[in-house]
This record gives sequence, structure tokens and C-alpha cells, in this order.
Amino acid sequence: MLEYLAVLIFIAAGIGVVLFTFFFARLLRPSNPYPEKTINYECSELPFGTPWVQFNNRFYIFGLIFVIFDVEAVFLFPWAVAFGQLGLYALIEMVIFIVILFYGIYYAWRKGALKWV
Amino acid sequence: MILATAELIGIFKWLHGLLVDLGLKEPWLTVVVYGLLSVTIFGVLCLIALFLVWWERKIAGHIQQRFGPMRNGWHGWYQTVMDALKLLQKEDILVDTRDRPVFFWAPVICFVAAFLAYIVIPFGKGLIVADLNIGILYIIAITTFTVISLLMAGWGSHNKYALLGGMRSAAQVVSYEVPMVASILTVIIFSGSLSMVDITESQQGNFIFNWFIFRPPFGIIAFITYIIAATAEANRTPFDIPEAEQELVAGFNIEYSGMKFAMFFLAEFVNMFTVSAIATTLFLGGWNGPLLPSWLWFLGKTLLVVLLLMVFRWTFPRLRVDQLMEFAWKFLVPLTFANLILAGWMKYAGWYW
Repeated sequence: MLEYLAVLIFIAAGIGVVLFTFFFARLLRPSNPYPEKTINYECSELPFGTPWVQFNNRFYIFGLIFVIFDVEAVFLFPWAVAFGQLGLYALIEMVIFIVILFYGIYYAWRKGALKWV
Repeated sequence: MILATAELIGIFKWLHGLLVDLGLKEPWLTVVVYGLLSVTIFGVLCLIALFLVWWERKIAGHIQQRFGPMRNGWHGWYQTVMDALKLLQKEDILVDTRDRPVFFWAPVICFVAAFLAYIVIPFGKGLIVADLNIGILYIIAITTFTVISLLMAGWGSHNKYALLGGMRSAAQVVSYEVPMVASILTVIIFSGSLSMVDITESQQGNFIFNWFIFRPPFGIIAFITYIIAATAEANRTPFDIPEAEQELVAGFNIEYSGMKFAMFFLAEFVNMFTVSAIATTLFLGGWNGPLLPSWLWFLGKTLLVVLLLMVFRWTFPRLRVDQLMEFAWKFLVPLTFANLILAGWMKYAGWYW
């Protein structure tokens, strides 16, 4: 288990290196902000309204479909690793599982949820 | 990367011995060795990214019948070093309506997510930081954090283009994650392990014909679907709608400047190298190959895949959002899962070598 320590150390080292670069750049770079510079960029127009608006619910629907398939991946990974020992029974079971999921995709397709308008 | 594998391992053995002589005890010894390794990997990654940026500009130039950078050194070889120095001196222009912590941490997370994948990538025989037994699953889990950082950048910038770019990138990366996982699973059925070293070793022998790509028909299908999904994961043309220059200006990184922008840029090229390295390990036999040393094989194959991605970028037009999503869900997902079942059947029936 000691090798999982590498993950923690790499996280710390990665964050450390990036923060050090930011700090180092701060020592070198000029800093001269004025009001025109600090408004956000909208092709040189004055920005109107807030950009933090409600978003198209298409994104939400695709998120939902993705969650279904990601959960499926959770089941598929151990299945794939152990497949060599499991044989035909596991294969048929997984085919049934995938077919049921694809019926879901087919339903979403027919309902027009996969169409991006 | 000039040293041979044995010499590199030798250096770390020597360092390890030195640290033991200094009287370090076990958990701390590992911590120090991994710390040194992390800094080494960071240095290597910076060199790779500098080279890749230069290479991409040269390829872009030659495809468009110009020369690309020519001024700094022979064919502009240290152009990107100068660009990095320039970015270091640039003023950090900050929008005062930004979401401060989110805006600040987005480039950090983006880079760390790209950097962490290199723990389990085998650069050659024995040239791996830590051979985690969940290898490829770990990489999938870690690189997904890039999406979060892009969303954070989009939200934190307080800019319409940036938020649109972030949302698009989330939808896109999430959609192409599914076919990518399914094509990776095709390999795992045959290797019977998630560890990157085991996957590479399962493709040993038989000259080069034990590489997974040479197992028709599922190997080649899985490779092609993986490359398509990986191009989308790395946010590159033809799937680069998150940063489409002509419509979103620069997408999620529009409000970033100076070193913060450089981190996004670095992470993009590191990600490109990561997906190519995964493609090499899973489908092209990793470090396996006759005659040449193992790290040279790995580097050569990876750069070949990178070249493929670069040629994609400069020869294909960009897809629309609706084409992109429908291609993922209506074509790639059914294809990869059908391929997975086919591969499972052929593994069971023994129709492979």
C-alpha cells in the first residue's frame, strides 16, 4: 500500500510547483490595473447583464445519461478483469445488462432527448 | 531521457542507498524518493510540452505551406522557451467581478489533474513511478478532474464566452468518456488486469503481432474509437468547440493571462501526451518492440500518436455541437459496446492469438 503514498506526494508536489510558479511570476511581472482593464472581455463592448444565467437543460439531460453509463462502467470494470475465469455465464449476463441499458438509450433517442437543438 | 533504462534505475538506486546511509526510516524514505521523482517528472513534462508546442507550430506551418517559427535558433527550436519567458513577465490582468477562489484554483487543478496521470505511465521497462494495481482506472478517474477545472474556469471568469465554453466542454468530455471507457474495457478483457505494467506485458512476444491493435477485428476498432474519444477528451480539433476561436474567442481561458494561462496551455499539451501514452500502452504494445531499448520504443510510438492528433487538428474542420453529441451517443456508444461484446465472445471462444 506504500505506493499509494505516491499519489498524495504527487498532489502536494503538483500544487506546490504551480503555486511556486505563480509566486515567481509575481516577482517578475508588472502590475498596473485600471478600471478599463478589469471589466470582463466582451469583444470591446461594455458587458451587459450577468453571465451567470440559467443554462439550457440539454446539459442536464446528457449529464443524467452519462451518470447511468458511468455506473454501468463501475460494474463493467470488475467484470472485464475477472472475465478470463468467469466464462460464458458472465458473458450472457453482461449482454443482458448492456441490452437493458441500450433499451434506455433507445427510449431517450425516440423521445428526442439525444437531439441537440 | 538520454540515459538508458538501467542507468536511470541505477541513479535512483544510488540515491536510495545514499538516503539509507543518511539514516532515513521507512515511510520517510519513500516520501523523499517519491518527492524527487515528482520533481523529475515535472521537469520531463515541461520539456515534452515545450517540444510539442514547437512541433505543433512547425506541423501547422508546413501543412499550410509556410515555415512556422524560424527566428530563434535552427528552425526556431527555442521559440517556445522564449514564449514561456514572455508569459512569465506578462501582467496578470484580473477581472474584478470574478469568483476569486474558483478563478484562482482552476489552473492549479487543471495542471495537477494532468500531472497525476504520470504516476502509472510506464515510460519503459521498469521506468514507472508506482505500479498501482488499479492503473488505468486511476488514470480515468484522475483525468476527469480536468472537466471540473474547465467548469471552474468558465464559472469563475464571470464571462459569457468562458461559461459557455466551460459548459460545452463538460457536456463533450462527459459524453466521450463513455466510448473511451468501453474501448479501454476491450483491452482489459484480454489483459485480465488494470495495472499498466501487466497490460504491457500481456502484449509481449510474437515479434510485434501480439500488440493489441493487431488483433482483428476488435483490436483495431477499439483503437480507432479510443483515438476519436481521446481527441475529444483532450479538447482538440475537430472536437474543440469548448475553445472554438471563431465563435467563443478562446472559450474557458478567455480571462486568463500570464502564468495562469500558461498552466492551461501546459496542461493541454500534457493531456495530449497522456492520451497518446495511454493509446501506446493499451493498443500499441507499450515499451515492447524488437532491437531498440524499451523507452525509445515507448517514446517513438507515443510521438507517432501525437503526430496523428496534430495532423487531425490541422486537416479536419470543426464539428458543430449537435453533430458532436449525436456522433457520441448515436454512433460511438453503440459501436464500442457492440465491439466489447464481440471481444468478450471471441475471448470466450478462443478466436484470437
